[in-house]
Amino acid sequence: MNEHGSQLVTRESRLLRGAETRAGVNDGGWRAMSSRLVPRHEGTRALALAAPLLVLLIVSFGIPIIALLSRAVYDPSISRALPRTAETLRQAATEDPPGDEVFAALEADLKEDQARGTVFEFAKSLNSRLSGARSQVLKTARLLASGTSPSRSELIDAIPFWGEKQTWSTIRGGVHGFTSFYLLSALDLRWGVNGSLDFVPAGEAVFLRVFARTFMVAALVTLATLALGFPLAYLISNLPLARANLVLVLVLLPFWTSILVRTAAWTVLLQKFGLLNDALIALGITSERLELMYSRLGLIIAMTHIQLPFTLLPIYSVMRSISPSQLRAAHSLGARPLTAFRRVYLPQALPGVMAGCLLTFILCLGYYITPALIGGASDQLISNFIANYVNVDLNWEMAAALSFMLLAFTLLLYAAFARFLGLDRFKLV
Amino acid sequence: MLLSPYPTLGERLRVGLLWAWCAMVLIYLVTPLLIPIPLSFNSGSFFTFPLAGLSTRWYEVVLGTERWRAAIGNSLIVAFGTTMLATSLGTFAAIGLSSPRFPARQMVMPLLISPLVVPIVVTAVGAYLFYAPLGLASTYGGIILAHTVLASPFVVVTVGASLTGFDRNLMRAAAISGARPALAFFRIMLPLILPGVLSGAAFAFVTSFDEVVVVQFLASADQRTLPLEMFTGLREQLSPAITAAATLMMTLSILLLVVANLLAARARRRMRVLPA
Repeated sequence: MNEHGSQLVTRESRLLRGAETRAGVNDGGWRAMSSRLVPRHEGTRALALAAPLLVLLIVSFGIPIIALLSRAVYDPSISRALPRTAETLRQAATEDPPGDEVFAALEADLKEDQARGTVFEFAKSLNSRLSGARSQVLKTARLLASGTSPSRSELIDAIPFWGEKQTWSTIRGGVHGFTSFYLLSALDLRWGVNGSLDFVPAGEAVFLRVFARTFMVAALVTLATLALGFPLAYLISNLPLARANLVLVLVLLPFWTSILVRTAAWTVLLQKFGLLNDALIALGITSERLELMYSRLGLIIAMTHIQLPFTLLPIYSVMRSISPSQLRAAHSLGARPLTAFRRVYLPQALPGVMAGCLLTFILCLGYYITPALIGGASDQLISNFIANYVNVDLNWEMAAALSFMLLAFTLLLYAAFARFLGLDRFKLV
Repeated sequence: MLLSPYPTLGERLRVGLLWAWCAMVLIYLVTPLLIPIPLSFNSGSFFTFPLAGLSTRWYEVVLGTERWRAAIGNSLIVAFGTTMLATSLGTFAAIGLSSPRFPARQMVMPLLISPLVVPIVVTAVGAYLFYAPLGLASTYGGIILAHTVLASPFVVVTVGASLTGFDRNLMRAAAISGARPALAFFRIMLPLILPGVLSGAAFAFVTSFDEVVVVQFLASADQRTLPLEMFTGLREQLSPAITAAATLMMTLSILLLVVANLLAARARRRMRVLPA
């Protein structure tokens, strides 16, 4: 560009800048005027309109969840049941088992618990940290209730449980109320007697396997929905709009039916003498009836069915915006179909694929109804363990610790979703 | 679908394979929804075809016996309560949020949407352990409260969408003409956003009517809902009555959600004619 031209550009830009300034003045004027039109307390009023729902959400959702999660790290049951023992342990006594003073405090505490009728509660909560402790505590309480006051060595002789290091390190872990015990247990970890962090013995380890299983099922279901959903999304996005909507209704019908109803339908289909087995035999795929109920395969078939629309719809919404003429152009420029698809189409469809897969993966982590009804004992996912700790074992601290882990994984993945893909770009309805 | 006007054999084959694969996927998607319907009219008590004969005996069980009727009644009580609470609170919240002066939107929006994000078991266990000492577990009120939490995001989102095209000058015009805020809301704003509100209400109703996990933790024998009855039925013994209940639930939720989506589409269309 010559000098003259560049001058022109400068002059033009100066003109533009002038216009901007004028527009800015005007705009400011408008803003001042419109702010006079807007009631002065508009912001407060807007907040007041949203306040009832916000209060309801905080009181009946936010606080309950925080209260639940706090149970995972704060469990005052031991310090409440053994106040004197806790006090003495806090002050002194570094070795395990501790000295006479602590044993005297323990006996006094247990006698009082027995008198108040809270000893069973304590036995139960100690048992949730140290299996087998329940019967030992109750035996001790009975012994003390008979009126005897054994010395330290007499008690250890009568009930060797009190002489073990593990017993006292467990009690010591609970005297402050705050504890890392449950969160570590949720990862199959615990503090060793000499302060090291160890994995629990293989026989007692449960949760790492359950987390691995949950992630595995989620990954398999995500892959299956992708394999089934991607071609269908491609087909629908290339159909004329009227026919595309017709096919889309077939995808939306299952999407609008509740998870429970679809799980019920699958329990009917997956029976040993059910329709799926009938069909497989009629088609000659298998010669004998498969055990699909209470199996991993049955669970994945049903979960894939439920999750398919969640994977498909974000992919479809992205594919709809890719012009089919791009593939034709690539083709006419000499690209082979596979190359054209891989180099031109796939990179543009990828955000939709990522969004759909991530959404399905996250939702699969929280599955509860379908594994409970279709999975076998070895197909129960993390949510089922949480429910079991609440309903059957009444170990709320452990349920809280597992909830903490599940929520942490879920929120991390959502954060990744929001960070890389943006949450509002993909609408499902 | 075809890339060139004169497709080669290979290309025809690929498109044929795509259609075949998609047909299979569609059969997989739709068959499980269709199967319970004929089975629910079976006169025998097995889940096999051909049917032993046609009868409405399983519908008579679901609609006639005390246990199932009580469950349907409880479901309707909870779903109506949830719909009223979630729709009113959600609509007001959406109106507040639509104001450009809304403070701390970045903090409020995640809280409003979070019930959709938190795994349902965590929500249910949290509600159970928190409500039980307050005497809210085993009450209709407690279940309605927990369901309102789950349903309100749908109302906020649908009403919010129908408000994006709402011209706030209409409310100013109403105020200048002497209408109090409540009158302006009922006479001007509500009629215009009604499709969005009704659509949100339908979503809220279906969310509550289909919900089973929260109910499982919060309900005692007196508040057993239709989904909970189905859940326990599926766990204990499989009776064809479940296929009848499933058919009823499926029909209701599909009908309501078709209406909800038509209303939402209508709300979007209606707003499009107004100047932005």
